[in-house]
Amino acid sequence: MNTQLLTEVSAFLWQEADMLDHHDYQDWLAQWTADGLYIVPIDPDVASGPADLADRLNYAYDDADMRAKRVARLTSGESVSTQPASRTVRSLSRFRILADDGAAITVRAAQHLREFRKETLRDYTADVTYELARTGDGFRLKSKIVRLVNSTDALHSIGYIL
Amino acid sequence: MAIDLKAPPAASRDLADLVRADRAHTSLYTDPAIFEQEMDRIFASCWVWVAHVSEVKEAGDYKSTYVGRQPVVVVRDRKQKIHVLLNRCRHRAATVCEEKKGRTNSFVCPYHGWSYGLDGSLRGVPHPESYGQCLDKGEYPLKSLRVEEYAGMVFATFREDIEPLADWLGPAKKWMDLFMKQGGGYPIKVAGEHRFRFPGNWKIQLENTTDGYHFPVVHKSFLSSVDEQTERMLDFVNGPGFVEDLGNGHSVMVMIPELVDLEENLDAPVPARFAELAEELRKEGHDEAKVRRIVRAVGGSGFNLNLFPNIACSMAFFRVLRPVSVNETEIHHAVITMDGGPAAANRARLRLHEHFQGPMGFGTPDDSEAWERVQKGAQAGTDLWILLNRGLPGERVTEDGRAGDVSAETGMRAAYQQWKKLMTGRG
Ligand code: FES
Ligand SMILES: [Fe+2]
Repeated sequence: MNTQLLTEVSAFLWQEADMLDHHDYQDWLAQWTADGLYIVPIDPDVASGPADLADRLNYAYDDADMRAKRVARLTSGESVSTQPASRTVRSLSRFRILADDGAAITVRAAQHLREFRKETLRDYTADVTYELARTGDGFRLKSKIVRLVNSTDALHSIGYIL
Repeated sequence: MAIDLKAPPAASRDLADLVRADRAHTSLYTDPAIFEQEMDRIFASCWVWVAHVSEVKEAGDYKSTYVGRQPVVVVRDRKQKIHVLLNRCRHRAATVCEEKKGRTNSFVCPYHGWSYGLDGSLRGVPHPESYGQCLDKGEYPLKSLRVEEYAGMVFATFREDIEPLADWLGPAKKWMDLFMKQGGGYPIKVAGEHRFRFPGNWKIQLENTTDGYHFPVVHKSFLSSVDEQTERMLDFVNGPGFVEDLGNGHSVMVMIPELVDLEENLDAPVPARFAELAEELRKEGHDEAKVRRIVRAVGGSGFNLNLFPNIACSMAFFRVLRPVSVNETEIHHAVITMDGGPAAANRARLRLHEHFQGPMGFGTPDDSEAWERVQKGAQAGTDLWILLNRGLPGERVTEDGRAGDVSAETGMRAAYQQWKKLMTGRG
């Protein structure tokens, strides 16, 4: 097991998680490749990748343009469901490198997120698969697929980025 | 005329007095006893939407859902007949189906193994000897509801004595036909759904489908995320649209008159937001006429059709509501695609749906927040009324009913008058 790579990857992903919990959205947007995709599927099929999910209904299927719009909406003050904003704390663990072809690394992790807004504390547990592109300047997110364990259930609004 | 602002005390409430021409009483959102009566007098007594035919396309395809609070299974049998069966074993009541959808040859109860055919007939009972002559299988099929369909929409009812579906829908039928044109020449298909719940009464959601008034306020953040042309198109509140009462509680809100008939104006310029898609379709070899037809259909219809009590054909999707309790409602926003249509067009439809709908959409969460706030606010001033008088002075009589301006509360008035009729048994 390449623990050196595991350390590098987990350091990058923990930083990403921290950016989202602390609403450092501009930094978050900057860590993506231009063609990167942020996806929150409904379909629980774990074998499906970004290309399969393009032909299915998801909760989110964001290219660079939609990610920027999502951030703009969350920070605009125009959306009543994000006023006040949710407070979130997430932890990431159980990292496993699934593939490494030199250009990109595929890694899977467990994410536990707790959200508090107004009078309610909620839990979202997800299996997250990332594709990290190696660049001269460190890793970039090429894809991030957030598979909520309860994706097929009736959910409440999620007014932040998973 | 002096308006009586005081509602009658709860104990002596006459249901008929809780809905007036221009208002409905707050207890309609909050009173559990009224909710119980609604389950009986509305959801168990009129046509309730259960499926689109594409959800049970082949023999053996089924979908589990609800009529009111009662779980049912919608299933197509080998003779292509669609059945709506109570999801309740006739032995000792276990559900016979727990999957949301699938394909099967039979429904087998997991408790003692009674098995039922696709038409609900009881086929097999394990170890029947103990019953001797005291169990006639013919007497214990899964209970079957009356089923009728129009324009691919499947409805069921517990009542044998109510009017045929076509009469119940009345003038709404022509709007259903118009809505289905968004297949762009292909049959339309339900290709998944966003499901969410909000802590509020089902009628709050029912009202919203023909509420043009809220759009620029609640959906400001969505409007900020679309291109200028789309934003102008959605700036309809002072526009020429209208809301029409179609009878029996049904209503239509036309926001964008230009998009009522998707097979007209095929020569109009392709909107900026679909230019890329049009180019992709041309590259795939579709001729210009077909490209135009598909691109015009891809964004959906310019109206919301609200069918009392639980289904709406809403621009580009089906909105299904399910009452859970007096203060909890589940909503499904089913996405529509073109069955067999170009993948690029269907991807565009999926992305448009995700943009507005669902727990992470740019629209639904804000609607949901507003509805939650209505339910919360309705705990205060329990003697007060919900006002439904917007657009009343300008209302005119039409061939199918009455119509008001596009942000008039005409559709809500229609729904509440139907509510009153069903709840009181009076016209
Ligand atoms: S409850 Fe279904 S077989 Fe007994
Ligand atoms: Fe809305």
